[in-house]
Amino acid sequence: MRPEAPGRDLLAPEPVQRAVEDGFRRALLLDDRAPLLGLIAEGGVPAARRLAVHRNTFFGFLVETLAAAYPVVSRLVGTAFFRGAGVAYIRAEPPDRPQLSAYGGGFADFLESFAPARGLPYLSDVARLEWARIEAVFAADAEPLDATALQAVAIADYPRLRFCPHPTLRLVSSPWPIQRLWQAHQCEPVEPVELEAGGDLVLVLRPGLVVAAVVLSPGDAALIRAICAGATLEQAAVAAATPGFNLQAALAGHLTRGSFTGFTIA
Amino acid sequence: MTTAPDPGAAPIPVSAGVGLRTCHLGDFLTTAPVVPWLEIHAETFLQAGGPRLRALDRIRCDYPFSVHGVGLSLGGAEPVDPDHLDRVAALVERVRPGLVSEHLAWSVTGGVYFNDLLPLAYTEPVLAAVCRNVDQVQTRLGRRILVENPSTYLQFAASTIPEPEFLAELARRSGCGILLDVNNIHVSAVNHGWDALAYLNAVPAAAVGEIHIAGHWIEPCDDAVLLIDDHGAEVAEPVWTLLEAALERSGPRPVLVEWDTRIPALPVLLAEAAKAETRLEIARERSRRHAA
Repeated sequence: MRPEAPGRDLLAPEPVQRAVEDGFRRALLLDDRAPLLGLIAEGGVPAARRLAVHRNTFFGFLVETLAAAYPVVSRLVGTAFFRGAGVAYIRAEPPDRPQLSAYGGGFADFLESFAPARGLPYLSDVARLEWARIEAVFAADAEPLDATALQAVAIADYPRLRFCPHPTLRLVSSPWPIQRLWQAHQCEPVEPVELEAGGDLVLVLRPGLVVAAVVLSPGDAALIRAICAGATLEQAAVAAATPGFNLQAALAGHLTRGSFTGFTIA
Repeated sequence: MTTAPDPGAAPIPVSAGVGLRTCHLGDFLTTAPVVPWLEIHAETFLQAGGPRLRALDRIRCDYPFSVHGVGLSLGGAEPVDPDHLDRVAALVERVRPGLVSEHLAWSVTGGVYFNDLLPLAYTEPVLAAVCRNVDQVQTRLGRRILVENPSTYLQFAASTIPEPEFLAELARRSGCGILLDVNNIHVSAVNHGWDALAYLNAVPAAAVGEIHIAGHWIEPCDDAVLLIDDHGAEVAEPVWTLLEAALERSGPRPVLVEWDTRIPALPVLLAEAAKAETRLEIARERSRRHAA
């Protein structure tokens, strides 16, 4: 079974097992394989080939995980480029806990400073939109506010209303048409998107089981941003005041789509 | 044998179940496939909410469940991360499984999760650390867990204890049971030139609470091969033979078919479970004869 390795008599677990763990860390994250190779018992298939199995598993599954979270980014750059970016990201920011559905949130920031992606300035914002959708999928479930509950609120109290944002609600703002890019990549063939057509302010939300995304006007986006920061309706309305902004219509839209779970009166 | 530690949990029947993977959740929600029990990977269901968890809550009502952890890192030098253990404990409370299991492997060190089941050095002090970790998990969950023998690709020169003895001693000292993965035994035996049957004989059969089977990948390496435990194919012939040998030693035990890469349509997976059921039937017949 175990070959007749003489085995140094090590009394504490730390020296051996810590050396093993540090060896893997160096081999996988820093591509420094010598310390780990020095610990492996020789015999049959060379140690480097054996170690390569772990390297393939680690990077292979994590790149797959990222590709599943960022399908549009992956299509925008192609499989080979995505793999290269993915491996570089994994090295820089490996998972910090055994829960892969929570892994990859820093990919957008990473892409922003990833030199080979410099020619695609919209890429990191598309990644932010895709991550907002992932967060919305896995955030806590909550029943949206029933709009009829507001009928009990006196008109005089409206300015002091504080809406509680739905736990799945995310707002992604970009100078690039990220929602149109995302939408265009949902079917084959991809319709071209006019990149200079202006940015998208995207509200991502999962009121039930399905994630929805809608492009907001600048006023509406300011309203939601203020409400998420804890503003009263009066304060949020001031933040939202832009030409053509209609507070009543915006609120009605949010109540219909389920942006809030409740309210308090300040 | 294990008694159900949670009186409200549906016990795992001594029959052949399958691993429930996210791509099959829809099949289970819409068609109620016939299968005696299901096993999930704990770390797949640790989110706060969402459709995946909702599906689990519904399917949970129709089948006995086993929760199989892949990230507690029992084989690490560090104690088990208490935050992660809390998340797993919350899932166990939610699912109320008949069995909870983990691996003789490590995956977390210095705040990094390596997304793999990594090998450890088998020494006496490391054994003491693994016993401490298993004890930490069993204490937190308030129940006995099963610990699975790993598939390995490399061994450490510092190791002094053969793997099945390490596992047997872990079970004896910590009181944990053993999840015997016969595919892993075959994979490791080929990769290291071990005798698979000798391995099987060194495992205390009475401690075995569940058996895993799965497919593997054969990778040519010059004039040798490395077997890769990718759970990406039908169960190989030598693994069926090992399953029969394992059942002969332990008597009938719950058997689980795992399939994790290149996952086929559900009927293909269920057909593998049916093949395992025929082996179990032989084992049941044998124990009936012995009882008579």
